[in-house]
Amino acid sequence: MNEPQKNTDREVVLQVRHLYKSFGENHVLRDFSIELFRGENLVVLGKSGSGKSVLIKCIIGLLHPEQGEIQVFQQQVIGLEKEALDRMRTRVGFLFQSNALYDSMTVRENLEFPLRRHGRDKSLSEVNDLVMEALENVGLPHTIDLMPAELSGGMRKRIALARTMILKPEIMLYDEPTTGLDPITSREINDLILKVQDIYKTSSIIISHDMGCVRYTANRVALLVEGRCFATGSYDELQIHPDPAVNGFFE
Amino acid sequence: MKFPPATQRTLAEIGAISRFTGRFFSRVGKPRFEVQEFFRQCYMIGNRSLGLVAITGFILGLVMTIQSRPTMAQFGAEDWIPAMVGISIIREIGPVVIALICAGKIGSGIGAELGSMKVTEQIDAMEVSGTNPFKYLVVTRVWATTLMVPVLVIFADFVSLYGSYLAVNMRGVTSLALFTQQVVDSLVFSDVLPAFIKTFFFGFAIGIIGCYKGYTSDKGTEGVGLAANSAVVVSSLMVFILDLLAVQLTDLLGLT
Ligand SMILES: Nc1ncnc2c1ncn2[C@@H]1O[C@H](COP(=O)(O)OP(=O)(O)OP(=O)(O)O)[C@@H](O)[C@H]1O
Ligand SMILES: [Mg+2]
Repeated sequence: MNEPQKNTDREVVLQVRHLYKSFGENHVLRDFSIELFRGENLVVLGKSGSGKSVLIKCIIGLLHPEQGEIQVFQQQVIGLEKEALDRMRTRVGFLFQSNALYDSMTVRENLEFPLRRHGRDKSLSEVNDLVMEALENVGLPHTIDLMPAELSGGMRKRIALARTMILKPEIMLYDEPTTGLDPITSREINDLILKVQDIYKTSSIIISHDMGCVRYTANRVALLVEGRCFATGSYDELQIHPDPAVNGFFE
Repeated sequence: MKFPPATQRTLAEIGAISRFTGRFFSRVGKPRFEVQEFFRQCYMIGNRSLGLVAITGFILGLVMTIQSRPTMAQFGAEDWIPAMVGISIIREIGPVVIALICAGKIGSGIGAELGSMKVTEQIDAMEVSGTNPFKYLVVTRVWATTLMVPVLVIFADFVSLYGSYLAVNMRGVTSLALFTQQVVDSLVFSDVLPAFIKTFFFGFAIGIIGCYKGYTSDKGTEGVGLAANSAVVVSSLMVFILDLLAVQLTDLLGLT
């Protein structure tokens, strides 16, 4: 497990305060608050359907919460106009639960896609170098000319990770990076997450209910229950938490 | 006033499609233009439908000629067959039948493609990586269908006339030159122009409805099938409605 670090005196890179989000009568997030410190891996745990994906989609600006504040690098996300939102999104990477690789494009085109907009000043060879670097980081440089349909589930996850990492974001949001993968592939993805944290000094929110992934990658764990941040702490602290709603996750 | 639920749903759908169309027009003039994707779509749409459109057109001309021969023969007007078939195909049957074929082929293709992109979060992924998915996916496809459907219709018209020529040639002999001469002589400008103009509207309707259905499709794999299916149904219906409007309009303008 990663060493938990002291929270005091550490820079907050992302802060969510009193967030409310509902779909009709379905109140998904109710007064949710959380903060992310620079350089840490924060795992958000929660039951299926508890609103974990909704939370990080609010952070990246794909969903619009009714109430509350989201600050990324001291900047309000809610109500941000398009240009500024795009600029913020270059600094925040998002790994989709479903990978969201573009089916009609090769791996190379997939990886070049984020650079269309955010790397327009780059020359062809620079773009090529970035693509190769990203692919080598995930150990799949030979797949460059394949289509996503020709890849296995674990490979797709890694390509999706490479595509997200190509802009070298300072914050990463991982939506269930290991769900549906076998233990060995999961372990590889977890290693990649730690590698990303180590090489690029990224701060990450990792959504997961794969306890192996949680124990291995988390510096700190937050529990999402009934739309609120129910508890936070290190893995060991939450494991011995007296409330069964908390320690129930760790059985 | 309270409408029955089915009517309410239909009205809501019409409203939503109108708003989607409004969104298209508010985006269409603004840079950045996704030129490369536009040409790729034109190529895909044209290339994928070419064979189907050619076969349909060919059979259409052939069958219409064979079918009309007995009636024409009764009046001793067999010489008029090329003119009659030519006018019907170019004015009405060619555009409508080919538009329907395109609604089936292109509309369902766009509906299914965008629908699955929506369901697998690819559209969200584009948004996050700083490319406006509406411009990249919708605007390019609607432009492509608007321009390619007329091209396909013109192509089909020619194939269809060739089919008709072969059918005429089964009995009696006409040279291709004479056949062409007869068709061209019977056509006037006011036959060709309205028929040509309306194909752009057909193409636009097929594109915008396919995109609307796909882009707003529901979660889940059923959503994709439904998007493709209703794209075909609604755009086929739309082709007929537009055709009706076009006929009324040309009538009003005295172009008949
Ligand atoms: N676009 C949407 N429209 C309506 N309801 C939605 C939408 N997205 C999510 N929901 C609802 O919000 C709730 C939380 O969904 P969410 O996808 O965040 O769950 P999750 O915690 O990520 O679950 P899982 O672990 O299964 O991915 C669910 O009840 C879902 O029905
Ligand atoms: Mg989720």
